Amino acid sequence: MSDTRPSRRITGIGTVLTFVYGVMALAATGRSFVQIASRFEQAPIPYLLSAAAAVVYLLATVALLLSKSPAWYRVAWVAVLFELVGVLMIGTLSWAVPDVFHADQTVWSLYGQGYVWIPLVLPFVGIWYLTTQRARVRELAR
Amino acid sequence: MILWFTIAQIAVAVLAGVVCIVIGLSGRRPGDVSVGSLALVQLLLIAQIVVAIVAPFVGNDPTGSLLEFWTYLVSAALLPIAGIVWAFVDRGRWSVVVMGVLALAVAVMVYRMHVIWTIQIA
Repeated sequence: MSDTRPSRRITGIGTVLTFVYGVMALAATGRSFVQIASRFEQAPIPYLLSAAAAVVYLLATVALLLSKSPAWYRVAWVAVLFELVGVLMIGTLSWAVPDVFHADQTVWSLYGQGYVWIPLVLPFVGIWYLTTQRARVRELAR
Repeated sequence: MILWFTIAQIAVAVLAGVVCIVIGLSGRRPGDVSVGSLALVQLLLIAQIVVAIVAPFVGNDPTGSLLEFWTYLVSAALLPIAGIVWAFVDRGRWSVVVMGVLALAVAVMVYRMHVIWTIQIA
């Protein structure tokens, strides 16, 4: 049942990573939806950042799923780096200026503390994974 | 949310999660144990949906935000079936690990749902 052609679909541990990103995308989207829909005026900036995080996670999930394609591979890098910058920036802001982030937490508040710091570790795992895929993607692009 | 039912769901989901991750990492492909355990988690979530619809009509009201609760519940109810579908697409060991990860995510979400229903103030 195995195909001898190299598949465009990710396999192996990349699938686990993609699904973890997918669950984070679901969590972030759900959370920011509830926040914006029910109490946007309480903390508009954190809630908008929460929505931005959801978009980044969604993009990362899709890009990782298709990451054997060179174009999507590049998109995956952009998304993962965005995610890293985002979690570090918002993690630091939520700690340094807590009065702006006074309302309930966003996905990246305190470096993702509300999610057992998975949002902090995940971009590094993503970077590691994408680095291991570099040679394979180059082969497929040929 | 009903306490014993919450405990049962979390127990089943954690067990399914740990078992799937362990057998997946040891090379097992999707089979009766992995897909079956996820199917059980899915069934319990469907039962939870029914319970959550009926509960307010029999006096069991949530203390927290209903919107937040239902967002969690709907999200959680998507996960097991996603894992099962993926297991049929990618029939290797890693899709079993994925199913385990999804089951653990469901466990966390069910716990959060119970907190929203019984402790959190809207």
